Amino acid sequence: RPCPADEVFIPPKFCDNRIVSSKYTVWNFLPKNLFEQFRRIANFYFLIIFLVQVIVDTPTSPVTSGLPLFFVITVTAIKQGYEDWLRHKADNEVNKYRVTVLEDGRRIQKESEKIKVGDVLEVEEDETFPCDLILLQSSRDDGTCFVTTASLDGESNHKTHYTVPDTERDVESLNATIECEQPQPDLYKFVGRMHIYKNNEEPSLRSLGPENLLLKGATLKNTQSICGVAVYTGMETKMALNYQGKSQKRSVVEKSINAFLLVYLCILVSKALVCTTLKYVWQSKPGQDEPWYNEKTLKEKETNLYLNMFTDFLSFMVLFNFIIPVSMYVTVEMQKFLGSFFISWDKDFFDSEIEEGALVNTSDLNEELGQVEYVFTDKTGTLTQNNMEFIECCIDGHQYKYRDASSEVDGFCVTDGPVNTVQQKAGREREELFLRALCLCHTVQVKEGFIASSPDEIALVQGAMRYGFTFLGLESKTMKILNRTNDVEMYELLHVLNFDPVRRRMSVIVRSISGETLLFCKGADSSIFPRVKQEEVETIRMHVERNATDGYRTLCVAYKHLTAEEYDQVDSGLREARLALQDREEKLMAVYNQVETGMNLIGATAVEDRLQEEAAETMEALQGAGIKVWVLTGDKMETAKSTCYACRLFKRNTELLELTVRTLESPGKRREDRLHDLLLEYHKKTVQDAPPAKTRVASQDYGFIVDGATLSMVLNSSSENNLHDYKDLFLQICQNCTSVLCCRMAPLQKAQIVKMVKNSKGSPITLSIGDGANDVSMILEAHVGIGIKGKEGRQAVRNSDYAIPKLKHLKKLLLGHGHLYYVRIAHLVQYFFYKNLCFILPQFLYQFFCGCSQQPLYDAAYLTMYNICFTSMPILAYSLFEQHISLEMLLENATLYRQIGKNAMLRWGPFLYWTLLGVFHGLVFFFGVWFLFSNPALQDNGQAFGNWSYGTIVFTILVFTVTLKLALDTRHWTWINHFVIWGSLAFYVFFSFFWGGVIWPFLRQQRLYFVFANMLSSVSAWLVIIVLILLSLLPEILYVVLRKPRGPYARQKLVQSSAGGIQSPRSSARPLLMRTFSDESNTVS
Amino acid sequence: IDYTGVSSDSPCYNCAKNFTWNTTEPCVCTVNFTLLQPNVFMYYGLSNFYQNHRRYVKSRDDRQLNGDLSALTDPSKECEPYRKSGDVSIAPCGAIANSLFNDTLVLYYVDSNNSKIEVPLVKKGIAWWTDKHVKFRNPAGNSNLTLAFQDTAKPVNWAKPVYELDPSDPDNNGFINEDFIVWMRTAALPTFRKLYRIIQKKSGTTPTLPNGNYMLNITYNYPVLSFDGRKRMILSTISWMGGKNPFLGIAYITVGSICFFLGVVLLIIHHKYDNRNTSADIPS
Repeated sequence: RPCPADEVFIPPKFCDNRIVSSKYTVWNFLPKNLFEQFRRIANFYFLIIFLVQVIVDTPTSPVTSGLPLFFVITVTAIKQGYEDWLRHKADNEVNKYRVTVLEDGRRIQKESEKIKVGDVLEVEEDETFPCDLILLQSSRDDGTCFVTTASLDGESNHKTHYTVPDTERDVESLNATIECEQPQPDLYKFVGRMHIYKNNEEPSLRSLGPENLLLKGATLKNTQSICGVAVYTGMETKMALNYQGKSQKRSVVEKSINAFLLVYLCILVSKALVCTTLKYVWQSKPGQDEPWYNEKTLKEKETNLYLNMFTDFLSFMVLFNFIIPVSMYVTVEMQKFLGSFFISWDKDFFDSEIEEGALVNTSDLNEELGQVEYVFTDKTGTLTQNNMEFIECCIDGHQYKYRDASSEVDGFCVTDGPVNTVQQKAGREREELFLRALCLCHTVQVKEGFIASSPDEIALVQGAMRYGFTFLGLESKTMKILNRTNDVEMYELLHVLNFDPVRRRMSVIVRSISGETLLFCKGADSSIFPRVKQEEVETIRMHVERNATDGYRTLCVAYKHLTAEEYDQVDSGLREARLALQDREEKLMAVYNQVETGMNLIGATAVEDRLQEEAAETMEALQGAGIKVWVLTGDKMETAKSTCYACRLFKRNTELLELTVRTLESPGKRREDRLHDLLLEYHKKTVQDAPPAKTRVASQDYGFIVDGATLSMVLNSSSENNLHDYKDLFLQICQNCTSVLCCRMAPLQKAQIVKMVKNSKGSPITLSIGDGANDVSMILEAHVGIGIKGKEGRQAVRNSDYAIPKLKHLKKLLLGHGHLYYVRIAHLVQYFFYKNLCFILPQFLYQFFCGCSQQPLYDAAYLTMYNICFTSMPILAYSLFEQHISLEMLLENATLYRQIGKNAMLRWGPFLYWTLLGVFHGLVFFFGVWFLFSNPALQDNGQAFGNWSYGTIVFTILVFTVTLKLALDTRHWTWINHFVIWGSLAFYVFFSFFWGGVIWPFLRQQRLYFVFANMLSSVSAWLVIIVLILLSLLPEILYVVLRKPRGPYARQKLVQSSAGGIQSPRSSARPLLMRTFSDESNTVS
Repeated sequence: IDYTGVSSDSPCYNCAKNFTWNTTEPCVCTVNFTLLQPNVFMYYGLSNFYQNHRRYVKSRDDRQLNGDLSALTDPSKECEPYRKSGDVSIAPCGAIANSLFNDTLVLYYVDSNNSKIEVPLVKKGIAWWTDKHVKFRNPAGNSNLTLAFQDTAKPVNWAKPVYELDPSDPDNNGFINEDFIVWMRTAALPTFRKLYRIIQKKSGTTPTLPNGNYMLNITYNYPVLSFDGRKRMILSTISWMGGKNPFLGIAYITVGSICFFLGVVLLIIHHKYDNRNTSADIPS
C-alpha cells in the first residue's frame, strides 16, 4: 500500500484529474464569447458605430448597423457554442469514465475526474489510461505490459513498458515515495525515482524512466490488467500538455484585408471630416442654417457649437460606415470553411491503399496554398515511399546481393546468397557474425510478422531471415534466433543503447550461452567509422559510398567483445546514469560514447527506399511553377543527392555547389576560412553573375548542397564579426539556386532553415511537407504545413494544416486548389470593398446637395439589407465555384502559378483598380440620376418624384450593376451561380415591392410607400436605369472583349522585343493564355 | 416664369419687399407673358429650398397623416419644433407641413381684344394615387372635418386650418388635399418643381392653350428671399416618358455612339487579326 511518507515528502497541490478542453461554461458563455468576439477589430468597430447610433441623434436608426452586427455575432456565437458543446461532451465522457482504484486493499469504482496523484489504479486490457501512471504490477509474468499509443503519436505498434523492479510482487504492502520531474510535454522523456521503504530497512532506490511511465490516452494491449500509481493527473498529463502547443497561423490575405481596411477607414474619416467642414461652411451663409421653414428645436439651439460639430462628425461616420463591409468577415470565413470541403471531397486525393482522402485541419490557409514560393520537403517517406527493401550487404568488403539470377557486379560474383558461395567470400564465421548482428541489434518485436517503429529495422531483420537467420522473438530478456542449421540460439539481452538521431546509431549488449558478452552496434557510417579500428574502414567505405550513390540507405554494423570487467564497468555506469534525476540524457550519452569505441567493423547494409509515385513529375511541376524546392533530410549526402537526381530536382546540367564537411577539408586552412572563401566564391557565381545570366536563353541552373555540420557553422559562428554576412550570403546563394539539398539535418535544424527563409527579405510563403515526427518542427514553423499520411505514424498529420495521402497530390493541392482558392478569395475581398465603395459614394455625394445635413440617400431597409441579402450570396457562390481557368489547364501548365505569386491580386495596383472602378460607378450612379432629376416630373401623368425615389433609382442601378459585374467576371457557371445571381436580383425586386406595398405599423415614416412601384411605372426611370447600368459596365465589357483580339498582337510584340529571351516553359504558357482568354470572351460576347 | 420680385422692375417687387407674416390683405401682383406652345401641366418651382435637409425631411408624422387618432393629438417628437402650439398639438405637425407652398397662381388668357379669360385649372390628379387614397387619410370617425380636427391647432405659418384647405371639395380637404400631399413628398434636390395644376385638353382639335398672350395672377404668400431662394411657374407638356428631359436623350446618344464606334473598331480588329487561331498554337 503506497503512501507518501510524510517526513520525506510533503505533497504540493496537485490538480485533479479533470480534463477541461472546453472554453466556456453555461454561465460565462455569453460574456466571455462576446468579449472574445469584440476583440476582433472589425466587430469592435461596428459595436462602436452601433453605440454611437444609439447615443447620438444620427441619420440612420441603430437597427441598420445593429442588425447585421447582431447577425454576425449570433452566427459566430452559435458556431463556437456548438464546437464547445462538442468539447464538453468529449470532456464529460473522459471525466465521468469509471476507473478502479485500489484503496486500503479494496477495489473502489471512481469517476475518472476524482483521481488524485498517488492513487493506485487498476486498468484492464483495451482500456485507456485515465492519467499518467507509473507501472507497478502487471498480470504478465515478466513484468511487462504492452500499450499502443495510436491516439497520442499515431504509432500503432505495441510498445513494451516495464514495471519498476521489486514492486511487481507485493503492491499491497508496498510503501514507497516517488520523486519525479515537473510535468513536461515531451512524450518520450521522463525521469524520476522511487524510494521503496521496507520494514526497517534502508530505503532502496529505483530509477524511473519513460519505460515505466504509462501515458494517459494510450491503450493497454495484450495484458490482462496492470496496477499503476498516478503521477501526473488532469491538465498535467503529457497528453494535455501536448494539446496546447499549436499556434494559430494567419494568412497573408488577411494581412492585406487589414491594410485595405485601414485605407477605407481613412477614406471614411476624411469623408466625414470633409462633410462636417462643409456643413459648417454652408451654414455660415446667412439664411442657410435655419431658414424660416426649417427651424431648429430648442435643444439643438442650446447645445454647444463644438459639441454639435463632434456629434455631426459622428453622424457622418455612421452614415458612411457601410463603406467598411460588415459582412465581409463572415463571408470570408464561410468561404474558407465551405471551400475547404473541396479539398477533402476531391476524389483525386483519395488513396485506395489507406482508404482515405485528404484531410483539412485548418481552413484558414486555403488561399496560402496558391502563394507558396518555397517548398521544404523531407526525403524519407515523402519523396520516397519509406517502404524498405533489403538490397544488399557487404561483409568485410565482399558484396552480397540477393537476386534470383546471378549477375556480375563490381568484379564480385553475386549469387543467391552467401550460403553457397564460400569461396571468394568472407569467412563463414564473419558472415554468421554479421547476420547475428543484424538479428540481435534492433528493437523489433515479433507478432504476426515483425513490428518496429522504424521500417529500416524490419527490412534488416527480414534480410537476415533470407540469409537463414530468423529472429524468433524476445522472451523475458532472452532473444531467440533460429540459425541456418535450424538450431535455436539464445542470447541474454543485457542492455539496449537506444537509437537517437543525434548519435545516429544504436547498440545492444548481449550475452551468449557460452558466456561471451558482445556489443553489436549499427548506425550511419559517419557515426560508426570513427569508432572502429581504422584499418577495416577503407574497404567498406567504398561499398557504402557506391550504395549511397545508388540511392540506398546504408547502415554499418560493428561489434565488440566485452570482457567481464569492461561489462561490469559499463553496467554500473548505465545503472548510475539511469538513476540520475538531472541530466540523465547527457550522462547516458557519455556512457554510450564510452562503450561504443574500438569496435570491429563487420560490414554494411544497403536498403532501398523507393521513390513515391510521380515524385519526379510533381517536383518538376513545382519547379515549373516557380517554386523553389528544398530537400531537408537527415540522410547522408550521397543518398540524398541521388534521390534528388531521381526526382529531377538536380538535372544533368545543374551545377552543384557543395558546402559540406568534405569540401571544407582542405589542407593548411582553418575550416572557418575555407567556409568564408567558399561562400564568397559561390555567392559571386550565383548572385553577382546572375543578372546577365537571366537574360540569356540557357541560364545555368545551380544546385546547392549543404550539410548539417556546415550549416550550424554558418548559423552559429557567433564569435566572428562577419557572421551576419555568412547568414546573408548563405541565404542569397540559396535563393538563387533552383534547388537546395540540406542533408544530415537534425529536426530542429530543419525548423531553423524554414525560419530563416521565412524571415528573409520579402517574407516568402513557405510550405513544409513531411510525414514523420522529425518533420513536425518544420511543419509547425512553415506558413503551411502539410503532412503525408505515411508509415511513420500520424504525428506529422496531426500537426499539419493539410494532410494528403501521397506526395503526388501536392501538385494538385498547390497548382490546382491553391491557385483557385487564392484567385477566389482575392476577388472576393476586392469585390467586397468595391461594392461597398460604390454603395456609399452616392450617399456621400448627396451630402453636397442636401446642405450636408446627413440625410441618407437610401432608405434604412436598403442600407441594412444591401450587404446581408442583396449582394452577399452571389459573391459567396462565386468565391466557392469560380474556376477562371479550368483545373486541368492549371495542372498542365505549372507556369500559370507564377502569375499569382507574391500576392499579385491583392497588391496596391489591383486594389487601386477596384477602388477607381468603384468611384467611377458611384459617380455614374449619382450624377446620372442627378441629371435626370433636373426635371423630377418623370411620370407620364406629370407627377414628380421626391428624394426617396431618387435613392431608390440609384439603389436599383447599384444592385443590378454590382451583381451583373460579378456575372461578367464569372467564368465558370454552375447552376448555383445562376440561381444565386438571378435569384438575388429577383429577390431585390420582390423585396422592394413588398417593402413599399404595405403601410408598416412599426415604422414611423412610410418613406418607401409605393416608391418602387411608381418608379417602375415611369418610362424615364427605366431608361435611365438601363443606360446607366450599361454605361458603368461598358469598360468592363470592353475589357473582357478586348482581351481577345489584342492578346496575340500584344504578346507577339512582347516576344519580339525581348528578342528570344523567353525560356521554354514560359513560351509554352503563352498560347495557352490566349486560348483561355478567347474562350472567356466568346462566352461573354 | 420667375415672379420672385428681386429687381425693382418686376411686378411682384412690392409684394416681396413689403412682406410680413401678419398681413391680412393678400398682396396681389400680375405678370404678363406670352405663350407660344400649347402646354398642359403647370408646375411651381423653388430654388435653393432644401426640402432634403435631414431636419426637414424627418419633421413629419406619417401616422398622423394616415388618420391615426392618437397621433393626431399627440404627434411624434420628430415634429419638433412644430409639434405643439401652446398646449394644443398641431395638425399636420412638422416643418414640412408648416412650410406648405401657399402662393395661388391663376392663369388668364388675354385674347385679341384684351379681355381676360381664366384658364380652367384642374387641381386633382396631381398627387400619387396611393398617397391620396392610402397613405394620407383624414382622421376617422367623423365626417365633419372641422369636428375631426377640433382638438388641434393649425400650423404656425398657415393662414387657415387644415380642414379649410379646400372647402369646396370634401374629397380634397384636410390631409387628403392634393396640394398638401404633393408638398409632403419631399424633393430630392434643393432646386425642384412640383406639380401645381393640370390644364386639361379640351375636346376636339383645338389646342389646350391657344397661342397668344397670357397673364399669370399671383397671390404672393410665400417668402423665399430670406434664404436667397427663387420661385418659378413652369408650364410643360408631358410625353409618355414624363417631362422634358434633355439628359436622357444625350445619354442615349452618347452611349449609343460609343457602342457603335467600338463595334466598328472591334469589327476592324477582328478582320485584321482574325488569324489568331493559327498563331496561337505555336508549339514551344
